[in-house]
Amino acid sequence: MDSTEAIYNGLKDAGIDFIVSVPCVNLSKLLNMIDEDDSITHIPVTREEEGIGLCAGAYLGGKRTAILMQNSGLGNSINALKSLTELYGFPLLMIMSHRGTEGENICGQVPMGQSTPLILEAMNFNFFKPGTPEGAYEAIRTSWELSEEEKKPVSILLEIKYW
Amino acid sequence: MKRRDAINRIMDSIESELIICNIGFPSRELYDIYDRDENFYMIGSMGLASSIGLGLALAKPERDIVVIDGDGSLLMNMGSLVTVNACKPRNLTWIVINNGAYGSTGNQETYAKDLNLCEIASGVGLKSYKFEDIDLKEIINDDECNFVEFNCEAGNSTAPIIEMTPEAIKKRFMKII
Repeated sequence: MDSTEAIYNGLKDAGIDFIVSVPCVNLSKLLNMIDEDDSITHIPVTREEEGIGLCAGAYLGGKRTAILMQNSGLGNSINALKSLTELYGFPLLMIMSHRGTEGENICGQVPMGQSTPLILEAMNFNFFKPGTPEGAYEAIRTSWELSEEEKKPVSILLEIKYW
Repeated sequence: MKRRDAINRIMDSIESELIICNIGFPSRELYDIYDRDENFYMIGSMGLASSIGLGLALAKPERDIVVIDGDGSLLMNMGSLVTVNACKPRNLTWIVINNGAYGSTGNQETYAKDLNLCEIASGVGLKSYKFEDIDLKEIINDDECNFVEFNCEAGNSTAPIIEMTPEAIKKRFMKII
């Protein structure tokens, strides 16, 4: 399993069938795989917060939902994740390309990258930082059920060195 | 005519449609006018009514979805216009009640007061109508994704706070689906 296939397989085995996205270069191969999969509805959105709304509606309609984004999108979504997803107890899987971590060459990614785990901790949301494809597969496969149990989002942070 | 009258007029055309209703007084007024299992009331996340409606419309293509939104909320999530237009679910009717005011926070004016929201929605490609020009029932039942602007005056009624918990709103709504 390569790093992208591990995520894709994890999403499939978790039964995820509705995905919204704002792209990251590290997610581009994954986004192509999802686009080619007819059993997954994939909606690119203009801003991550909008995607949180779509996932809420799709869950009401019976879908298993995930958002694919850069960790910068977490900042764009905080209120919706609290005042919509957590408020109503919606499950949601958040797959984040965690920029600003070891190996980052764009300085603009660093401040938000450093704060991302702290923000998730402050939000009291569970998150995992798998270091290998096997770890990522397992974390993603089991996170939907964890999210349903906890009635709030669960995040997978994929640092630069993961890829 | 104020928002409460507008919601009353909208509900005259509603049968079994699923409704996603905007946060604050719009949801309180709808709850007071006609509480029903098919209503989803937003208690938080201003701006996302149309996004929730879009997600639901895509997940449930066999059901008609009506979003009751507001001008201030639309301004907070303008990107939704292009995403809804890109997806164009044929079962979605997006109604924006434009009273030119942030009603739930004390009727401060919005920039939409002097905007023609129909023209903006048409500009991105959505089929758009003024409420006074249409039979809403026909628009809901046709096979298109439609945007409807309902112009009215600012002002809130004395509708009470919604007594249901968010969990209860969700459970009841999902049961009817």
